[in-house]
Amino acid sequence: MIGSLDEGQAAGRPTGNGRGRQRWIVLGLALVVLLAAGFGMMRMRMSYVPADLDLATTRSSNSGLYQVRYAPEAAVIPVNQIHTWTIHIETADGRPVEGAAITVDGDMPQHLHGLPTAPQVTQDLGGGAYLVEGLKFHMPGWWVVDYTISAEGQTDTVRFNLQLP
Amino acid sequence: MRSIFLTQWRLLITVLAVVLLTVGALTAWLWPRSPWTPEEVTTLRGLALASLPPLAPDPSNRYGDDPRAAALGARLFFDTRLSVDGTVACATCHVPTRQFQDDLPLGQGVGTTDRRTMPLAGAAYSPWLFWDGRKDSLWAQALGPLESPVEHGGTRTQYARVLWEHYRTEYEALFGPLPDLADTTRFPPAAGPVADPAARAAWEAMTPDDREAVNLAFANLGKAIAAFERQLLPSPSRFDSYVEALLLNDVAAMQAALSPDEVAGLRIFIGRGQCITCHNGPLLTNNDFHNTGVPAVPGLPEDLGRATGLPLAQADAFNCLSRYSDAQPADCAELRFAKADPHVQTRQFKPPSLRGVAERPPYMHAGQFATLRDVLEHYNQAPAAPAGDSELRPLELSERELAQLEAFLHSLSGLGQAPAACLGCHPEPDAPAAAAPERSIP
Repeated sequence: MIGSLDEGQAAGRPTGNGRGRQRWIVLGLALVVLLAAGFGMMRMRMSYVPADLDLATTRSSNSGLYQVRYAPEAAVIPVNQIHTWTIHIETADGRPVEGAAITVDGDMPQHLHGLPTAPQVTQDLGGGAYLVEGLKFHMPGWWVVDYTISAEGQTDTVRFNLQLP
Repeated sequence: MRSIFLTQWRLLITVLAVVLLTVGALTAWLWPRSPWTPEEVTTLRGLALASLPPLAPDPSNRYGDDPRAAALGARLFFDTRLSVDGTVACATCHVPTRQFQDDLPLGQGVGTTDRRTMPLAGAAYSPWLFWDGRKDSLWAQALGPLESPVEHGGTRTQYARVLWEHYRTEYEALFGPLPDLADTTRFPPAAGPVADPAARAAWEAMTPDDREAVNLAFANLGKAIAAFERQLLPSPSRFDSYVEALLLNDVAAMQAALSPDEVAGLRIFIGRGQCITCHNGPLLTNNDFHNTGVPAVPGLPEDLGRATGLPLAQADAFNCLSRYSDAQPADCAELRFAKADPHVQTRQFKPPSLRGVAERPPYMHAGQFATLRDVLEHYNQAPAAPAGDSELRPLELSERELAQLEAFLHSLSGLGQAPAACLGCHPEPDAPAAAAPERSIP
């Protein structure tokens, strides 16, 4: 780069100096962007959470068998407080899934530990709705909650991501 | 050639200036006194006492928010007659002027316990009580030490008789009639399901109905004490003033609340120190259980913490699902959905609230560490646990950073002299004169 700059200046082109300065400004700006990106990445690494985390409350199960939606009993999912969710399960074509056998598990991927409680689906509320009791998240951060749903001889798992403040 | 050098110098200076400005700007951004990111502000707000929700009713104790129960509980809390030899009250170890703890590595009742006395401010918010969570309510907790041979050392017939002889009017107005405890044939002076074989035999010899009547009185004794303890809350600290000022964007008030070192310590607390992994929420505890590799104390029996605590809570005759509980099973979610995992739960203990922590050494469940610095060194080094797996990883904090973290912990001390709602600390003005000698404040 410096070579080309020298060349331009040596050739005495009237625009040489201006173009060189422009290049340096671009270089300086690039440096700023790089530094900022570096710090940004450092901060991201400190939190280890994937940037494209899907926090949707309605998700498809892994093999696409079910559409699952959840609603916590309170508007905001509390930290450190045991609470219930209602989940609604439909087939891919929108038919409510009734009489499903469902197991619940959860995990905090950054902390290598699971849920502090053993939540369970305690009631089939009908119309594809189920009551989940005993959910508790004992620290802020990224949690995952997995429901493994078995109905009509088919089993599939759906994962919800939570980002708790 | 000269002009080329000149140009290059100028360019070099420009680049240097840009780099310096960038580094300067970033340093200012990252420096402790810089503004917090929106995420950090959310975190800090969540730790402030202002975020503490009102205490929800305890469904297992229908007297929990009854002022008459709290007044009776306050008197019982200080009554040394609730012990085998008349020397120990709840307040003997839970000293009101000392954050309701005793400054000792191991609690001292009629004997010496195997664990440190826990402070009580905000305890009512915890779903599990004791270091190992072997009780699931404040009222059930209060009953444990009463029958421990090294704490109060007495029996439930003895305590029912104390209610009969000294608190009968107040008790019966609240809880209904006591059985005829004047009858020492039906109700022996010392009988209960305790370690002492004679007291145990006397208990077994009682009729099921009489045992049931005593159990009920015993449970109600706990419920009255719990009603008192539910009023014990932490008082705001300089940290809370800082967060309040931060939310108002009042830089002067922020600087008045915390020093730059304390702010730096706070940054470590919510960041690299990972303290908020367990010490989160406005009480600075998640009230859960964690193995942090705290060393065992030579000479004490092996302590497996939560691994033994949860089965005890599940089997407890006074738990949320018991007949002495006022709760419906649906209200007992913590107990019903508790996860038993003896391996993971080995040597897990409950993180205490860090509010007021600097004022109450020694630290940990058996007073293993004499100073806050010892505690921080432990977390920094993250040694292997004596049993089970420690959740800690070395923090690699410098001496200076540890000092900043320690400085921050000092900012969590309550600014009030004593909890505002400490009604048991002084005799109520309208208390009957005869009540005065019942209090014994060590």
